[in-house]
Amino acid sequence: MSIPSIIISASPHVHSDRTSKKIMYDVVIALIPAFLVSLYVFGIGALIITSVAVISCLLFEYLIQKYLLKTSATISDGSALITGILLGFNLPSSLPIWMIIVGSLVAIGIAKLSFGGLGFNIFNPALVGRVFLLISFPVQMTMWPTPLDNQTSISDAVTGATPLGIIKEGLMFGDTMTKISTKIPSIIEMLLGVTGGSLGEMSALALIFGGLFLIVRKVISWHIPVVMITTMILITGIFWMIDPQQYANPLIHILSGGAILGAFFMATDLVTSPMSKKGMVIFAIGIGLITVVIRLFGSYPEGVSFAIIIMNAFVPLINSYFKPRRFGNKIRSKIM
Amino acid sequence: MLKTFPKGGVHPHENKLTSSKAIKKLPIPKFVYVPVSQHIGIPSTIVVERKEKVEIGQVIAKSGGYVSSNIHSPVAGTVTKLDKIIDSSGYKKQCIVIRTDAKNSSNYKEVEFPLKEKIELSPGEILQQITDCGIVGLGGATFPSHVKLIIKEDKKIDYLIINGVECEPYLTADHRLMLEKANEIIVGIKILMSALHVKKVVIGIENNKKDAVAVFKKLLDKKDGIQIAALRVKYPQGSEKQLIKAILKREVPKNGLPLDVGVIVHNVGTVFAIYEAVQYNKPLVERVVTVTGKKLKNPSNYWVKIGTPVKDLIAEVGGLPEGTRKIVNGGPMMGVAIKNTDIPVTKGTSGILVISEEEASRKRVENCIRCGECVFVCPMGLEPFLLMNLSEKGHYDRASIEDITTCIECGSCSYVCPSNRPLLDYIRFGKNIVKKLETVKN
Repeated sequence: MSIPSIIISASPHVHSDRTSKKIMYDVVIALIPAFLVSLYVFGIGALIITSVAVISCLLFEYLIQKYLLKTSATISDGSALITGILLGFNLPSSLPIWMIIVGSLVAIGIAKLSFGGLGFNIFNPALVGRVFLLISFPVQMTMWPTPLDNQTSISDAVTGATPLGIIKEGLMFGDTMTKISTKIPSIIEMLLGVTGGSLGEMSALALIFGGLFLIVRKVISWHIPVVMITTMILITGIFWMIDPQQYANPLIHILSGGAILGAFFMATDLVTSPMSKKGMVIFAIGIGLITVVIRLFGSYPEGVSFAIIIMNAFVPLINSYFKPRRFGNKIRSKIM
Repeated sequence: MLKTFPKGGVHPHENKLTSSKAIKKLPIPKFVYVPVSQHIGIPSTIVVERKEKVEIGQVIAKSGGYVSSNIHSPVAGTVTKLDKIIDSSGYKKQCIVIRTDAKNSSNYKEVEFPLKEKIELSPGEILQQITDCGIVGLGGATFPSHVKLIIKEDKKIDYLIINGVECEPYLTADHRLMLEKANEIIVGIKILMSALHVKKVVIGIENNKKDAVAVFKKLLDKKDGIQIAALRVKYPQGSEKQLIKAILKREVPKNGLPLDVGVIVHNVGTVFAIYEAVQYNKPLVERVVTVTGKKLKNPSNYWVKIGTPVKDLIAEVGGLPEGTRKIVNGGPMMGVAIKNTDIPVTKGTSGILVISEEEASRKRVENCIRCGECVFVCPMGLEPFLLMNLSEKGHYDRASIEDITTCIECGSCSYVCPSNRPLLDYIRFGKNIVKKLETVKN
């Protein structure tokens, strides 16, 4: 007895309900708490910056795919949306609109689509966009409106440096940490997010909350954020214990300068992070190390973006060196 | 903490719809179609002729070599054809068609064997009996059981593991058998213990079958040397290597056998068949089959004669429901989709799964987002995304270095991939080519 239109396919015949789309939208949900904090702190400016970044990322992806690459548009998969949000989160709230659009073009056009689109990009698109802007427009990219009471729009904002910027400058002029610490916000203020900085890096607490959501939903594993932050604490801690007057407290390092945003949302980007747990640990140690080196000895006060981009480049290498242990192989599989 | 294997694995919806349905006897079909290749190894040689009368349990095809098995007539009747028919593999295979006698089907009464605990045969006789009765592994691999009992001098076996895991979703054949025939299975285990000279036995059962665990716990004496291990529910725990790792923490070496770590594994269904073969000289002519599917009117478990066409089973559970799009021989993770319902039940058929429209077709394949989920779930520590790429591009040398041949084809990677990539399809394809290339080289 033949059955009409019967399907013959190889096993397995069932599929989990996990889809790329669900993963992407989980990331968007996880970013909501941080977005609410930035709305509260920077007011309508946060909304403008983020929406400009999101809309231009989606638009560039659509236009390039439709008219340049002539492929079907994939803007509904949510990845361009995330790139847009993360790019916005990495910008100061006073940045001119046209610069955001340029940044989006670099992120989507160069960092993502010219590599072959979703899944083929080597570097995190949002970070490439941000670093491009940082190098091209260093003045505008390091003007941070400081949050003040009763402030409603960007134009009212008083610009100032980020906590790490203040520390770097202070140390350059030979001040001690004791003196500098009076000028920077307290640890509690950093946790809650009432400091100077990019949109999304404000409240460490909101970001950790979103990050935990992603871990619970199994979108990311704990390895990258935990190892990266631990590495930063260890190294800055050692320097701090050697000379607390010359080096900042490790807590200041992890709570400011986008460390938490980077650890939970940028370094864990599925496409540009390693695919084995061992690889993730190495990758995260690398990011922590490079970040601290840039912060303590380089000319930039922050450095998470650079560190992640540098380590992104090592991911293919990490993937081929740190393979999962094969079942039944007592010795680690041959290194290719 | 319940035991399980440490690396990889998935937990699909269990959907054990038939776990409370007692095993019923399926009426004898009018015709049985008995393929001569129902086991791994050399096909058996036909020893009957057309129009010959055959009795239940008569050998109709003799073992074709060392790794092969006898095949017996499941019914009394007349051989009508020696023909090639399509079996579940999708290929035409040599097959013996037998028309059952009218009296056989109307007066047919299955003999209920009373429990016989005393083992009278010597280890050598047990082995002979298992060989003669055509017992093969009923868990799905259909490896001839007698081969597993012949142990070379240099190997030492200290553990026998009985596989009652049944990690495939939907299937409940082993579960029901354990509930209904626990005493017989225990005698079967003792037969194997005597044949293998093994003192220690562990029965591995996943913890979604708590009733089966309880039944065995009640029946077993400590002094027997038989233990029960309740295992955490995780697929593919029924795979030999994963089961040994879960229970004994021993790891079968790459390309090795359980023998290499001093273990022999037999499925509960096989153990029951061995019991009947040794105690009552009953050849393997029937087995338990779960007929299941979400839309079926009355899914259930059946004792089915080997060679019964699948359509008879489906008729018994109320016919094919509207919108059926796929019929699977086996479970949803490793079963084989079959082309029509004329295909016969063979020694390896543990279930027939009917899948409707919504679940039958695959979803659109998207770009790999490099989430690494396939790597995390692979129980063999492989990198499915990489193996798929290598097979797709024809880099077979590299695929071989990346251990493509150790893939157990459990399908966890394809199951979990959020971009619906056909990982296992390509890995299977590459694995076959790599194996062929390796044989050519040697």
